[in-house]
Parts: sequence; C-alpha cells; structure tokens
Amino acid sequence: MELSPQILAGWLRAFAADIAENEALLTDLDRQIGDADHGANMVRGTTAVAQLDPADFADGRSYVKKAAMTLISTVGGASGPLYGTLLLRLGSALPDDGPIDQAGWLPALRAGVEGVVARGKAGPGDKTMLDALIPAVEAFEAATDQPWQAAAEAAAAGRDATVPMIAHKGRASYLGERSAGVADPGATSSALLIEAAARTLA
Amino acid sequence: MKKLINDPGTVVADALRGMAAAHPGTLKIDHANRLVISIDAPRPGKVAVISGGGSGHEPLHSGFVGPGMLDVAVAGEVFTSPTPDQVLAALQAADSGAGALLIVKNYTGDVMNFEMAGELAAAEGIDVASVIVADDVAVTDSLYTAGRRGVGGTVVVEKVAGAAAQAGCTLAEVTALAQRTADAARSMGLALTSCTVPAAGRPTFDLADDEIELGIGIHGEPGRSREQIAPVRELAARLVTPILEDLDFTDAPVIVLCNGMGGTPLIELYGLYAEVSDLLAAQGVQIARNLVGNYVTSLEMAGASVTLVKADDEMLEYWDAPVSTTGLQW
Repeated sequence: MELSPQILAGWLRAFAADIAENEALLTDLDRQIGDADHGANMVRGTTAVAQLDPADFADGRSYVKKAAMTLISTVGGASGPLYGTLLLRLGSALPDDGPIDQAGWLPALRAGVEGVVARGKAGPGDKTMLDALIPAVEAFEAATDQPWQAAAEAAAAGRDATVPMIAHKGRASYLGERSAGVADPGATSSALLIEAAARTLA
Repeated sequence: MKKLINDPGTVVADALRGMAAAHPGTLKIDHANRLVISIDAPRPGKVAVISGGGSGHEPLHSGFVGPGMLDVAVAGEVFTSPTPDQVLAALQAADSGAGALLIVKNYTGDVMNFEMAGELAAAEGIDVASVIVADDVAVTDSLYTAGRRGVGGTVVVEKVAGAAAQAGCTLAEVTALAQRTADAARSMGLALTSCTVPAAGRPTFDLADDEIELGIGIHGEPGRSREQIAPVRELAARLVTPILEDLDFTDAPVIVLCNGMGGTPLIELYGLYAEVSDLLAAQGVQIARNLVGNYVTSLEMAGASVTLVKADDEMLEYWDAPVSTTGLQW
C-alpha cells in the first residue's frame, strides 16, 4: 500500500457513501437516545469531505488535515469536533507519502483515538464512538494478518457491545438506564469509518 | 410532518433571511456564518457578550441580540451546536479590543465547539472568557452523565451579563457576574408532547395522550421519567419541589422564569405561574421579578419549565436595566 492523497480520499469517500446509505439508521438510533440529528449532520460533513479533490494536496497528511477541518466546520454538534480531532491527530501522525504498512499506520490510529479521548473526556464503556474505535485499534495492533479486517470486525463488535450499555457521556447520558437497549449512534458511524478503511486501505 | 418550511435543509437559513427582512434597522445578519449581530456592535471599549447554540430554541439566542443583552448570537443547525469557525467569526465581528464573554449551555457539542473557537480566538489575540450554564436539576448524577444541562437560566445569565457589559464593566467583572448568576440558577421542565426535528421528519419520542415526560432538556430529548398527566397544581409542584430541594431560595430575592416550550399557550403558562407563585409563597420564597412566556423553546413542543435564580442586588440592578431586543424589551 502506497500512502497518497488519492488512497486516503478513496477511504473517506467510501465512508461518505456508507454514511449516506445509513443516514436513516443513524438518525433513528439518535432519535431513540439523543436528538435525532446524527445522520443529517454526518451526511453534511462527509459529503463536503468527499468533494475535496485529492489532486489539490501535496501529500496524504495535508489531505487528511483538510478533511478534518472540513468536518469541524460542517458537522456541528459533538460529532464535528470529535471526528475532526480524530482525523487531525491521525493526519498529523501519518508518515511521508510512500509505502505504509501496519507499523506505519499504528501510531496514526493511536494518535487519532487519543485525540478523541482528550476532546470528549470519555473512556471505554461510556457508550460513545470510543467503544468502536478503541477495540479497532487494539485489534489492528494485535493482528498478525489483515489488520484492517481485524480492526473492522472489532469495531463492529464494539458497536454491538454498546447496545446494553448505559451512556455516561453526551446527550444519551441524560436518559440514565433508559439509554440501554440501543446501539450508540457515534459507535455506529465510527464502525462505518473503520469498515470503509478495511475495504479501501487493506 | 407539517411545518412552514421549504426544505428541512434550509430552515435555519430561511429564518435568518426573515430576521434580516423584519429587523433591518436593529440587526445585521451574517448569512455565511449564521450570525445575528447587533447593529451597534462592536462598540469601542465595550465587552462583547456572545452566545449561541443549536437553532429551534427561539427566541433564545437570536431574539436576545441588541443593546443591553447580546452582541452576537451564533445559530447552529436545529438542535446542533454551531461550529468553531462560526463562533470564531462571531468573536471577530464583536470584539472591540475589550474582550468577549461566551455564554455556553452545558451540552457536550456546544462546550467542545465553543472551547475550540475560544482557543482559535485566543491565538488571534482576542481576550476570551466563557461561562457554562448548567441549571437543570433533572440531571441528578453528574458523575455518570455529561452534567446538568443549560436551559432556562441562560436567559437570565444573558440579560444580566449583557447589561453589565453595556454599563461598562470589564471582561473579568462581566464574567464573574455571569458565573455567579449561572451558579444561582435552577430549572426543571416537562413536556406534554414531543417535537419534530425537520431533518428527522417524525417526533423525537412518542407520548400517549395521558402521559407527560418529566425532566426534559430543550432538544426534544426524552426526560428522566414518564408520568401520568395531572392537574397543573400537581405538575407545578413536580417542577418546583426538586428545585427547592436543590438550593435554599428563602434567604434572597428570586427571579422566576415560567417558560413555555413553544407549543403551550400563554393561558396555560399563566395558569402554571399562578400555582408556582402560590407554592413559592407557601415555602417562604420571595419573588422579586418574574417572566412568563416562551423564551427557551424546543420547536413546537408543548410543555413548560420553571427557573429560579437566587438574586442579589447587583443581579437585580442589571436585570432591571434597559434592554432592546426582539425577544425582551424594557
């Protein structure tokens, strides 16, 4: 795999397509334990990112940083700063364009997730996007073969594990025990991000 | 969904076009950044007072822009925090060099976006302070939640801070007063119906004809418990009691806000206020000022909230100071 703006744009455009396809699902999950806007907000942001032309960027790092700033300025809510911070930190930690392998990706993924932790002040088990992202990075690191596939499976499992959880962060936390029984919308969209990576970056 | 809209995606932009058409002499609208700016901002030497948040709570915040209250209101999408670049544009539009206070309701998204904007503005040399309003007593366990939500108390914080800035107070003074007011505010709300976010197209939650949702926030999110409808006498007690259990209001003059959620007529709000004032009198609470009406709404939701602010002489002085906005005027 060669790191380049084109490859990374392939990932984020696949993510945008998945978000658009799942807009109704994301909105419905958010309607049940939040405020019914996660689908619309993520579609607005990822559509803007998909319109970025990778040919305009000198390297993968600058493309991802621009994508991050685009999400920050178009998504709003909590998801804008959180996804924006994820990509900003991930982009900053990417190596120079050229061959990239599992060991090259790992620091970037870690930096992105640590950024989300710092911005949102949440941790594992709080029923947030981190419940998909943290297991994904752990599985990516532990995999001896096909790390992206392992990460995507772990992210999906992490998303499913949020169903019985009681939310401790974000708007769902106001529901207390009534937040259990529904998958976290942020964990659901985060699993889509990792699944899109598995299709485009592996 | 039946709404007076063109398209769910243009609701906020269309409302801003309407504000521009309705109030050309008193408001400037920055359509690109979705800012409602007082015609006299920035005023040299005056601290800028800025607030904002998701749309759908009108008149909060855009209706409180004008002399004596806010310099700029930043409008996000419906129930969605505005973005850091919008808030930064508000700071740039209103700062006269005397600094700016951001009044932020305690919601995860609002806090993060305003925090990022404050960092960006500070890097540009703008002196920024922020006060977070978290007055909702329905959220009891702050350790396991995002903390109390900012609701009705925000109106009082914006009024008092705006008047102090108008009177020439420094950023430190305005911030301290706003923080003291926010700390002295407690609110509790209930919903009789849900509301429909335009982009979602259906009600956020379902309530049967005989059910109420107690302990709601202002985003159509479900509340803490679902209960049976009851006479307003009893509902008033369910709003007032948790407030009085949370803070002693008997030893200071109190500002009371009896607030409609958007779909409740004034005749019912006054009926609620009658019960609230009786309950407070019986508990030895002295109502110094009151406000009855729709001030912090949740689209077309039927329901109400009660806010009590334990005031001091300075807060009352700034509460009474002249204000000229589309939502509050005296």
